[in-house]
Amino acid sequence: MSKRILTIFMVVFVLFLYAPTLLLPIFAFNDSTFIAFPLSGFTFDWFASLGAAVELRGAAINSLIIASISAVTATTLALLASSATVRYRFPGKGIMIGAIMVPMFLPEIVIGVSLLTVVLLAGFQLSIYTIIMGHTLICTPFSIAILRSSFQQLDPSMEEASLDLGESRFSTFRRVTLPLIMPGVISSLLIAFTISLDEFVIAFFLSGTEPTLPVYIWSQLRFPRKIPSVMALGTLLLLLSICLLTLSEIFRRRSARRLGQKDNGGAW
Amino acid sequence: MSLRTRLDQDARRGLSQISLPFIFVMLLLAVPLVILLAMSFWTQDFLTLDRTPTLNNFIEAWSEPIYRTLMLRSLKISIIVTFVTVGLAYPAAYYMSFIAPNNRKAFLVFLITIPFWTSYLMRIFLWKVILGYNGVINASLMGIGLIDKPLDFILYNQLAVVLTLSHAWLPFAVLPIFVVMEKVNRTYLEAAQDLGDTPFWQFIRITLPLSMPGVVAATLIVFVPTIGDYVTPKLVGGPDGLMIANLIELQFKKANNAPLGAALALSAMFLVTAVAAIFVWLNRRYLKAEGAA
Amino acid sequence: MIELSNIEKYYGDYHALRDVSCQIKKGEFFSLLGPSGSGKTTLLRAIAGFEGIDSGAVMIGGQSMAGVPPNKRPTNMVFQSYAIFPHMNVAQNVAYGLRAQRLSKTQTAEMVNKSLDKVGLAGYGERAAHALSGGQRQRVALARALILKPKVLLLDEPLSALDRKLREEMQSELRHLQRSLGITFVLVTHDQEEALTMSDRVAVMFEGQIAQLGTPQSLYKRPTSKRVAQFFGSMNILKAEVRAAQNGVVITQIEGLGVAEIPQDLAPDIQGSSVCVGVRPELMTVLDDDQDAYDKETPAVVTDIEYRGELTYYDVKFEGLDTPVVVSMRNTTNREIKKIGQQVRIGWENASAVLLLDQ
Repeated sequence: MSKRILTIFMVVFVLFLYAPTLLLPIFAFNDSTFIAFPLSGFTFDWFASLGAAVELRGAAINSLIIASISAVTATTLALLASSATVRYRFPGKGIMIGAIMVPMFLPEIVIGVSLLTVVLLAGFQLSIYTIIMGHTLICTPFSIAILRSSFQQLDPSMEEASLDLGESRFSTFRRVTLPLIMPGVISSLLIAFTISLDEFVIAFFLSGTEPTLPVYIWSQLRFPRKIPSVMALGTLLLLLSICLLTLSEIFRRRSARRLGQKDNGGAW
Repeated sequence: MSLRTRLDQDARRGLSQISLPFIFVMLLLAVPLVILLAMSFWTQDFLTLDRTPTLNNFIEAWSEPIYRTLMLRSLKISIIVTFVTVGLAYPAAYYMSFIAPNNRKAFLVFLITIPFWTSYLMRIFLWKVILGYNGVINASLMGIGLIDKPLDFILYNQLAVVLTLSHAWLPFAVLPIFVVMEKVNRTYLEAAQDLGDTPFWQFIRITLPLSMPGVVAATLIVFVPTIGDYVTPKLVGGPDGLMIANLIELQFKKANNAPLGAALALSAMFLVTAVAAIFVWLNRRYLKAEGAA
Repeated sequence: MIELSNIEKYYGDYHALRDVSCQIKKGEFFSLLGPSGSGKTTLLRAIAGFEGIDSGAVMIGGQSMAGVPPNKRPTNMVFQSYAIFPHMNVAQNVAYGLRAQRLSKTQTAEMVNKSLDKVGLAGYGERAAHALSGGQRQRVALARALILKPKVLLLDEPLSALDRKLREEMQSELRHLQRSLGITFVLVTHDQEEALTMSDRVAVMFEGQIAQLGTPQSLYKRPTSKRVAQFFGSMNILKAEVRAAQNGVVITQIEGLGVAEIPQDLAPDIQGSSVCVGVRPELMTVLDDDQDAYDKETPAVVTDIEYRGELTYYDVKFEGLDTPVVVSMRNTTNREIKKIGQQVRIGWENASAVLLLDQ
């Protein structure tokens, strides 16, 4: 009996979860500048207007650059940190990994504000590089959470066998370790990328003259007439996210299958 | 490799690997926080910074009614949001772990996380659309005939903020609980059943205690960042729903009072850390085995 | 081939290897045998280079291995989990260590095929790693190590993951392989039967030390301590008093069995001391009524019987001895199995007893 209640709960839960998201495409195609019911009619106009927006293009490119670099940097740092914590014992381990994971638990505004303070006091300019620093800082803990389980699944005798057969540490990493943790690396890259792409608060505080996509969207939200185009943009971003995530899931499953690993659903 | 050194090969390798990320975090988090701390003891007059140490900012932050009110309100909203979110997430995680068939679990995890990957700004804005005067809820309720005037208490207040934030954090809360539940050895439940427990008691005596580390993790993941949320109060909070982050931003930008902003930010952080620490301490016996995060 | 001198190793406060020394000859099949925690795997890994040692020396082929990392040592290892790379097929796994030699594709393929042939996996080159059974994985691990023609092959409990039947097959295969290749094999195991079957010599280890080193026969027949004696099969331990010791014979009074003249070379000053004497169950015989062929003969009563197909184990009680002694008899066609309570005569030889020199 409780199974049925829980199942109904789950259905309602998922609907509740998706409710706002489902509205996006509805209003993106709605022929009206007012985001309200009743609906007016079907149009592609809002999507078309996106093509003309030059600032949008600039912001999108900024975001892509920032997200790519942040993802790669965060994943690299996370590789080092996870490898160290899962496989070795050394003094200060707990404190160091705790410190590295802290940004995941701090309010973004605190991070944004403290980085802003440092940048201004040091006399640096705000630019995409400052944002990349901030994003890497908050993405690394997530990447670590993912890669940690990859390393835990790694049989230490694999690397020992490679060494025993004559390979150096570096080529062991390249030929054995990296291929075996690849599903985790892919997940980490994609998740860090997505976090960075969508991140608003830190970018809001640290962006100079080149805004990121979320910052651009924010600036548009105060203009009621621009809203429908924002809806259209949101729909496109939604589609992009779904594609990216589906791809990442496909790659992850394929990788895991090839390595004969158990599928834990990618939940870290 | 012949003499015993204090740091053996194992330790050296580990330390050299972790050094890079650790230094990175020190430079980008620890150092700025220290500087922020220093800043909170200074005074700013338009664009000039007076570095004589003073406690004025902190006194102002805690004694001025507006700051204190907002600080406490942010704490209150955080707590309520955490309760609601974790409360809703727990049954969902339970379904996903104990009721859903094994081959569906990966799909469900995927399903739950997709909304998380859509633009945060968009989702908040859409809630504004849903809760607005001509929004989805009002339009539907009027359409069905349940009300004849649109409801005006569901937007631009604390209720809207709580609702929106809870929705936003749900996936974050479901996953840690799910992960821990998956680790619960089903044989324990069979043993409990064999020893006479009904399904209800199996849940209370076995599943619930064993899933607590996940609940603690979920609580911390939701509670700590929520207090500093900026976008939601700004978009759907109205004057009643304004939170401390909005005030902090004001100090740094328009009000040109970065030291006060710093004091506010650090006070908020201190407040939330203290509450979180008390919470973790109260639950310490659940965290002895596999720790949170 | 391998010389280990005074090796000490600590893990923090835990003394894992205590002054371990031994020499392993070229071309021999050498086993390190002991229960878990005895230090045998630590020692093997020290030879391979995966564990450092705190003092002492490891020499292989006359060269010191101090400071030499595992990838530069003339050893190769078969790991307990086999460590077959899951992202490569069998041929790629076997060819893994050849990369540094920069051989042509045809040369590599030839060597791989030869190696696979030798381990009985001809034609398996294209097989994916996850499609292999436990026994096949082990052979791939062997082929992968042997293709590099190491001076020493190290094996870390290679058979423990296999089921019984397969294990017995692999034991003889490993033995044949070693003989045909002539390489020194060093094997770690906790299974005494394995060590006895395959090895030329065995080092029995307890708590980080080598308790006794010798051929399987000498370890089984002439154990020097109770612990070693009881590690191999079962052994009856009896108290005895030494009457005299000279000219390679020790005259003892064994409780329950009477006087024995044990051929063992000990110093005369052991006279008068209380010692332990071990007698293997299969070295005593339940005599049939008309048999009389043994040195000694003692009456006893059967108190328990355990029928185990090939053998029957009898618990027999001697006069003057509280605990029963175990005697095993092969179940031949016409041999009758005694009953509980039956009076019997137990026959035994002087040479069947051995003095155990520890407390």
